[in-house]
Amino acid sequence: MNRPGLLDDILELTSEHFVLVLVSMAIAVAIGIPLGILLTRRAPLQGWVLGFANVMQTIPSLALFGFLIPIPLIGGIGKRTAIVALVLYALLPILRNTLVGILGVDSAVRESALAMGMTGRQLLWQVELPLAARTILAGVRVATVTTVGTATIAAAIGGGGLGVFIFRGIASVDTTQILAGAVPAAVLALLSDGGLGWIERRFSAA
Amino acid sequence: MPDAGGTATVEFRQVSYSVGGNLILDNLSFSIEPGETVVLLGRSGSGKTTALKMVNGLLFPTTGEIRVDGRATTEWDLISLRRGIGYVIQEVGLFPHFTVAQNVGLVPRLEGWPSEHIEVRSKELLQEVGLEPQQFLTRHPRELSGGQRQRVGVARALAADPRLLLFDEPFGALDPVTRLELQDQFLALRNQLRKTSIFVTHDVREALRLGTRIALLDRGRLEVLATPQEFLRSEGLVTRAFLAVLDHGPPMNANERL
Repeated sequence: MNRPGLLDDILELTSEHFVLVLVSMAIAVAIGIPLGILLTRRAPLQGWVLGFANVMQTIPSLALFGFLIPIPLIGGIGKRTAIVALVLYALLPILRNTLVGILGVDSAVRESALAMGMTGRQLLWQVELPLAARTILAGVRVATVTTVGTATIAAAIGGGGLGVFIFRGIASVDTTQILAGAVPAAVLALLSDGGLGWIERRFSAA
Repeated sequence: MPDAGGTATVEFRQVSYSVGGNLILDNLSFSIEPGETVVLLGRSGSGKTTALKMVNGLLFPTTGEIRVDGRATTEWDLISLRRGIGYVIQEVGLFPHFTVAQNVGLVPRLEGWPSEHIEVRSKELLQEVGLEPQQFLTRHPRELSGGQRQRVGVARALAADPRLLLFDEPFGALDPVTRLELQDQFLALRNQLRKTSIFVTHDVREALRLGTRIALLDRGRLEVLATPQEFLRSEGLVTRAFLAVLDHGPPMNANERL
């Protein structure tokens, strides 16, 4: 670290990266979990929605960022487009784990909840969500770790974050620059994995 | 609905039920008087569990109707119908993420009882089913044996003083000794509470022991509806097939009792 200001840059881009991941994940969770719950009640839609989320995952990330640029409103160059792409990526694991978690609740448990006179809402909040919490959180964790990595590509379309170092490093064949982007990104991924894993284990119900 | 001490009547009126062209229940008609324990006996696939689930509106007849306290299940508000009916199923019915106290206190909590009241009631119920409250209230279902779980299941079903109790092969997964203990407990509770009960089993010994009347179902039809004494004398083919089990199985005191 012999370059003046490098440390400051690392801190700045790391926090930018962190915000990018945080905002994307917040949106993905806000869409993915309710949508997943809805899908457990609308079986015919499951194939379509999961299919869409699956297709999103198969598009190479660099290409997805590129595809979004010409799209009006959500497209263009910058953070907004980057966030849209990251949300699309994060959606699948969250959606799928919410669905699997809730559908995985023992049918005898669900039936006895109904037989006890629980309303649909009580069944969801008191039985299904607590029992599915671990699985849902596992989906959020996987999505977060992936997003930390994918977010480095956001720099290619002007989204900022640690990818700025990496692209700059590749362009100038400068390993220090590449490491300045890659190492904090890896640390960020490990920390979020550990943190969310800890929360997940606290939901060791059942 | 849970008015203390009340007990219900149940009437099946020409109840049929079919799924995808398969007739599961075929024109079932009988009624259950207050305080009775009617055992629905039958082999797997005879429709006995289906018939049970129609009483608390988990399923509805394709044709015909089931009247609980004189009102068809389709006319009941399902939530209040169900909260007035205790339901015990095989082993897995307890909520794994709830403690014993939370499991037992569930219906009272849904009904909005004050929490001190629920606590007192839960302790009383655990005592009644033979579990020491101090030792069990804070445990989770996974920390209990099969027999203990089933006792908690019975306590949970009784919690809000329901007027009707439904049992779906509750003792099916238990070892024979524990099963006998729980049957004894069932009889003791029944004599004490006198609540209308419907009990599903495929075990003819259990049926003879616990039922005030036995309804034998075969391929969705009601073959026999009789007291245990009458049942033992019945000549029907299906009944004989069930009674043959008594001659071949291990010795059992069902006959002594009668």
